[in-house]
Amino acid sequence: MATPETPQLHPGARRIIRIGDAGPEIVIDHWQRLGDDDPLPSFDALPVLVSRSRAAADRAALDARVGSWGVWLAGDAAPEDVAPEVLGLPLVAIVVPKFTDGRHFSLATLLRTRYGFVGELRAVGDVLPDQLFYMRRCGYTSFELKPGKSLDTGLRTLDAFSVSYQAAADDARPLYRRRV
Amino acid sequence: MYRYDHYDQTIVDQRVAQFRDQVSRRLSGEISEDEFKPLRLQNGLYMQLHAYMLRVAIPYGLLSSRQLRKLAEVSRKYDRGYGHFSTRQNIQYNWPRLQDVPKILAELATVEMHSIQTSGNCIRNTTSDHLAGVARDELVDPRVYCEIIRQWSTFHPEFAFLPRKFKIAVTGAPTADRAAVRVHDIGVRVVPDPEGGDDYGFQILVGGGLGRTPRIAQVCREFLPREQLLSYLEAILRVYNRHGRRDNKFKARIKILVGALGIAEFKGQVEEEWAQIRDGAMTLTQAEFDRVAAYFQDPDYAELEPSDLFVDSLKLGKDRTLGRWVASNVIGHKIPGYSIVMVSLKPKGKPPGDATAEQMELVADLADRYGFGRVVVTHEQNLVLPDVESRHLPEVHAQLSASSLAEPNVGKVTDIIACPGLDYCNLANARSIPIATEIGERIDDLDYLHDLGDISLNISGCINACGHHHVGNIGILGIDKQGEEFYQLMLGGSSSDDASLGRILGPAFPRAEVVEAVATVLRTYIDQRESADERFLDYVRRAGFEPFKERLYGDA
Repeated sequence: MATPETPQLHPGARRIIRIGDAGPEIVIDHWQRLGDDDPLPSFDALPVLVSRSRAAADRAALDARVGSWGVWLAGDAAPEDVAPEVLGLPLVAIVVPKFTDGRHFSLATLLRTRYGFVGELRAVGDVLPDQLFYMRRCGYTSFELKPGKSLDTGLRTLDAFSVSYQAAADDARPLYRRRV
Repeated sequence: MYRYDHYDQTIVDQRVAQFRDQVSRRLSGEISEDEFKPLRLQNGLYMQLHAYMLRVAIPYGLLSSRQLRKLAEVSRKYDRGYGHFSTRQNIQYNWPRLQDVPKILAELATVEMHSIQTSGNCIRNTTSDHLAGVARDELVDPRVYCEIIRQWSTFHPEFAFLPRKFKIAVTGAPTADRAAVRVHDIGVRVVPDPEGGDDYGFQILVGGGLGRTPRIAQVCREFLPREQLLSYLEAILRVYNRHGRRDNKFKARIKILVGALGIAEFKGQVEEEWAQIRDGAMTLTQAEFDRVAAYFQDPDYAELEPSDLFVDSLKLGKDRTLGRWVASNVIGHKIPGYSIVMVSLKPKGKPPGDATAEQMELVADLADRYGFGRVVVTHEQNLVLPDVESRHLPEVHAQLSASSLAEPNVGKVTDIIACPGLDYCNLANARSIPIATEIGERIDDLDYLHDLGDISLNISGCINACGHHHVGNIGILGIDKQGEEFYQLMLGGSSSDDASLGRILGPAFPRAEVVEAVATVLRTYIDQRESADERFLDYVRRAGFEPFKERLYGDA
């Protein structure tokens, strides 16, 4: 499988949308992205996000830190392959290479519904406001929008629909099991 | 027919609000055209040669008279006073302005209509048998399952960005496929339970399609218990979403994946996926079957004497205009005393499938006066009045006739399916509609037309095959030869139970000769068929291409 490039770092503080207990909100993201050759940050409590290969190679060092670590996956990764590597992690980020490539929707869905991933599932890459409603239904809980895209628009479009017909990662019951 | 409850209405209303917001962000520049394109496409909004085109969904082709009047009103208010009924039982408006589209969608929502997923790389409008619910040969009303599929597929979050578009068709008549299920990405056929008893389930076909790489669908599962319909569809879609090709749009349809893996391997992957999700929450409940089926109960039919003899007497009566129309445009109804009336949208000299606002309103009025307010759109681009009391046939004919809606040609060679062609479409290589028009004018003797019997003739203006030329008994494909329009003739296609792809007859004909070539093909058949009982398609299958080649090209 092709390894995607490390997700781009944005200059300055990065704000994302995260669905917390109080619902979706705009928050500052504290996770530090590490390239495969970047040293571990000196601030030991800073949570870091690494590639699958770095996670495999550096697992002992990552586990030894105070801060948490998470993994980013390519949107076309096979869920059956990656699930054993990521199940207990607090954060998995999926890189959407191009918003029209819908494979990541199946990946997210299966990580949630079949493999029982319970941590934060984040969409990064070519993430546009008008995809957020679908992403949320497929189990994503945080969203880093493509640079230049409005977070306020994202918050609004996240709730485009108050009713859905079919079962998905956010609700295993199709409407016909809920209709009253 | 199905009626929205507050859930359905909420979803459609929120869609209007969502699209209004998207259009305003597009107009303000917040969204680029590249980003807007899939959003507008999933709302049926295309950029065509001259303007936007809006495709409105008509789920499985079924309309109430109220909805049809609204479609007429929209065409008058926002378009040029007509609409085009498509081969997927939808309607298209060719001239709306982008800023009007949210208003159009809001008006449609008031009559429980929308344009959701009528284009784009998602699950499209589910199509079906236009005689559903009234056909004599039907086992189960397929519209119940079409509606269940419509709801499952509407905004399915996992399958909104598939490798390519995805089309599902359902038929409930085991021996008379009028929904062309074998040329769909998934074809669903109602079949009796092989274990016996009264129950039934589905045969699931996969990988059919036309376009550049025409394929007849193959069997993915011989028998699927009906409560598993959605879990099985979900398994197929998931395998396709994950593994369908995305590197080349011309190789992205599911038929290519099925072909590359082979049906056995593809089926194996689907079954493996299905094993993980079957018997879960997606299993359809009896309560849901009952809830949806209740909307498709028979209307309050009167108890009438059987009318077959009366209808036959009209066919043979001295009013030849009426007789010909009854012979070709009236079909026997499952309820004694009733008839199914096919309203031809193929009058001589007009683009196939077009209807003016006035024609739509007339059909709506006839549906109210002589039926139960229902109208159906066929994938052959005609309309159906499904419930006319046979004794009213002469009146209905007179009124249709006055509005140029009674061309006695349904199922005949001038009942042509054609794509918009070079006149409207930026993909086309050649014109389609003028060819259709000229064939209609060339075959102007109605006795000859009826003597030719049932023949399907399909025209596409390019290899994308929107006119389904591969499955016409006669197929015409427009091609470009050094800047000139040429037309290939194909023979032997069918989209029914005996589905087959037509084959190219020989060298293409220039624009000026193609209509005469079709006339020669027809004359050859008339001269050489065994009897009037031998259909054109049967003759082609028996005699092969040689007799045609001899007459057309002068050598064998």
